[in-house]
Amino acid sequence: MFLKINKDHQRFRQIVKGKIRDDLRKFLTRGELIGKEGKHLISIPVRGIELPHFRYGDNNDGGVGAGEAQAGDPVDGAEGDAGPGGTQPGQHIMEVEVSLDELADILGEELKLPRIKPKGSHTITSEKDRYSGIRSTGPESLRHFKRTFRAALRRQIMAGAYDPDNPIIVPVRADRRYRSWKTVLKPQSNAVIIYMMDVSGSMGDEQKELVRLEAFWIDAWLRRNYEGIESRYIVHDVRAAEVNRQTFFTVREDGGTKISSAFKLARAVIETHYNPSEWNIYMFHFSDGDNSSESDSRECCRMLKEAMLPYINMFGYCQVASAYGSGNFINVIHEHLDDQENVVTSRVNTKDDIYDSLKAFFTAGK
Amino acid sequence: MGSVPLRPELVRYAKEIADIAAEKGLDFFETRFEMVDFDTMQEIAAYGGFPQRYPHWRFGMEYERLRKQHVYGLGKIYEMVINNDPCYAYLLSDNALVDQKLVMAHVYAHCDFFKNNYWFSKTNRKMMDEMANHATRIRRHIDRYGYDRVERFIDICASLDNLIDPHQPFMQRGAPRDEPTRSVAPEREVERDIVRYKSKPYMEAWINPPAATSKQRQNLLAQREKKRHKHPPEPVRDVLQFMLENAPLEDWEADILSMIREEAYYFAPQGQTKIMNEGWATFWHSRLMTTRILKDDELITYADHHSGTVHMPPGQINPYKIGVELFRDIEERWNKGRFGKEYDECRSMEEKRKWDTKLGKGMEKVFEVRRIYNDVMFIDEFLTQDFVDRFRMYHYRYDPSTRRMVVVSRDYEKIKQQLLFMLTNHAQPYLYVLDGNYSNRGELYLGHKHHGVDLDIKYAVETLKNVQRIWRRPVHLQALINDEMVLFSYDGEQSQQQKIHADMPPPAHAV
Repeated sequence: MFLKINKDHQRFRQIVKGKIRDDLRKFLTRGELIGKEGKHLISIPVRGIELPHFRYGDNNDGGVGAGEAQAGDPVDGAEGDAGPGGTQPGQHIMEVEVSLDELADILGEELKLPRIKPKGSHTITSEKDRYSGIRSTGPESLRHFKRTFRAALRRQIMAGAYDPDNPIIVPVRADRRYRSWKTVLKPQSNAVIIYMMDVSGSMGDEQKELVRLEAFWIDAWLRRNYEGIESRYIVHDVRAAEVNRQTFFTVREDGGTKISSAFKLARAVIETHYNPSEWNIYMFHFSDGDNSSESDSRECCRMLKEAMLPYINMFGYCQVASAYGSGNFINVIHEHLDDQENVVTSRVNTKDDIYDSLKAFFTAGK
Repeated sequence: MGSVPLRPELVRYAKEIADIAAEKGLDFFETRFEMVDFDTMQEIAAYGGFPQRYPHWRFGMEYERLRKQHVYGLGKIYEMVINNDPCYAYLLSDNALVDQKLVMAHVYAHCDFFKNNYWFSKTNRKMMDEMANHATRIRRHIDRYGYDRVERFIDICASLDNLIDPHQPFMQRGAPRDEPTRSVAPEREVERDIVRYKSKPYMEAWINPPAATSKQRQNLLAQREKKRHKHPPEPVRDVLQFMLENAPLEDWEADILSMIREEAYYFAPQGQTKIMNEGWATFWHSRLMTTRILKDDELITYADHHSGTVHMPPGQINPYKIGVELFRDIEERWNKGRFGKEYDECRSMEEKRKWDTKLGKGMEKVFEVRRIYNDVMFIDEFLTQDFVDRFRMYHYRYDPSTRRMVVVSRDYEKIKQQLLFMLTNHAQPYLYVLDGNYSNRGELYLGHKHHGVDLDIKYAVETLKNVQRIWRRPVHLQALINDEMVLFSYDGEQSQQQKIHADMPPPAHAV
């Protein structure tokens, strides 16, 4: 079923999402409805745009209420009334469901992450005209005969000028209907995320859970910022292999660790599929920081510095805590790549650290 | 679409309830009920009750809020009724029968209120059509000038839609525009005002020396001249009207501004009579339902839903509850003669409690009240000490030390004063055009009339920008902020605010 309001609603959503009418962004309000889930009160975000009005400042004068209370007792809430037409006063029970988009937005605001701006040449915007509507003005070549006829018929019936026995319909100027078009802009900002994970014997289920969560949020945030996004998953122990998403999060292997193997494969993937002049490339490596040899760690840094960092948007290294191993890789990176702007490292020991880690990864807005 | 014809059974009930209501003295426009589903109900509610409105994201925003509220079970719309002749009312298709009856009884009382309350008397009773016309006109402007441009202009107008004068429909402010000029020529009027001492003709030149007379004449003429150049001749509260007449608007812009102004005037009485209107409808639905309409097996459901409607959470004023209780109180007082000098001066509580003169004028009085009062007058006159005590009303305010709203007192005067302040001008500040040609540079000068509460500075600055976008020349707003007169200005590029000091040119009028 189509409702007229849908169009207004769409428009509002687009403004809220910042796609159009940037001038209204500063009037955004973050209201909320308070609900209950089980024992917990939860809030459902209700976005609004409040056009400025001349109005009174903070009403420190309070209001009027009724009920049993002593002077000094707090009353929660301010004066309010039901909307026009009689909405029933709300009862505060509910459960919430927030769309992933909204979550990512909230994430963005909570973490104060800047929106990632696709770089110049990486943005290809294609324009397309769509004939999607009808309007009452336009060039004659676009006249919609059927609709014009219908409008004329309707007018004549209303005016009583229509004679079913002698059905002559004469459209006048106001009856004419024309096809109208809308120019649709299709931003094409392509991005690829390459997730690499160490699956050697030292990475347990707990570590993988952390990686999974972190990767999920990275994915959500980047998808929020780019239209066309691709993900590639690489797992490695001493050898590296490209796998699908599901395998990436479930696979468990044994054996030693050779991080350079993953970087080699990543480089091969980039070279064959993702031309850096057209793609925003994000690489994330998750590991417990235990590499087979110091020389391999240095080899990794050399490879990053020479073959990858100049071309990609960001290399993120996330080290999860593990009971085994030295956890030294992060130090090697710091030692060799400290001067590189697009290298970000973080440590995640518990779930609570994920928040900070995301912040570390994206604050720069690369 | 979402609207289906009424079931025959409901048509029968509607008729029955209308008859009962009419029998009780309610007098309403013909009322048309339409059955709609949730989606349609929310759409119409988002459009302020009208099935046809112009496209604007504001309505989409309201729709989203209503939908979320409904989806999460935080409240639902039971009924909606439009002040129009015929009256339109919407019923929700999946409400139970008893709810539909309740809504019908409620709606007939609303219609009666629309038709008979004085404050509604100047509203357009064909607003349904008018709104649809507005929609068509705005769509046409969109076709001509583009969606974005029209939408931006609507945003500007909507941000100023409280700059109207709700009392204006009831009086003629200033002189009508095409009034013939006064009959006496200004020169002769001036001659009359010149002070001359009585003298014999031959002494005239000495007692009233020509030089002094001519100086007086010049002064008077100069004064007149100054006055004549005042524009507007007196402060104007209908800022929108003033801008419509004087701002350099394009035709389509003026058209949009005039429509938004008209809609603001249409909605104004609903803000002025919220408590009374809802109180009146509740008063009648409860009376009609409990005395005539309810069947035995519907009683529990009715009681449940009715109590939901009049539920008043702590710290809030539910207009349904306050309204209905005041009407009931009025009915009782006038039935028992509990008013006037004798009753007020009676000092014995016992006597007062039993007071009953068998006057029996309760019904007559409530009908009179619904005819001529609005919320401010209603509270001012009928909110008694007794009532405040009975409903344990209190006054609360912000406590900076606990950062919560706390109860401060149960003082009757204070409570009443607070309520009246909240209701006066629908809690909107009073703004006037003080000068349409400030310092003779075609600048607009607005002034805020201070009633104890300052304007919100952040909002004022932003709103002033919108005023400028219509006026095009620089605009100013004078307002009392923290006990200091401040002048906010915006010239199209830069906002500034400064304290008002003596050597700044004054506007044509003081606030």
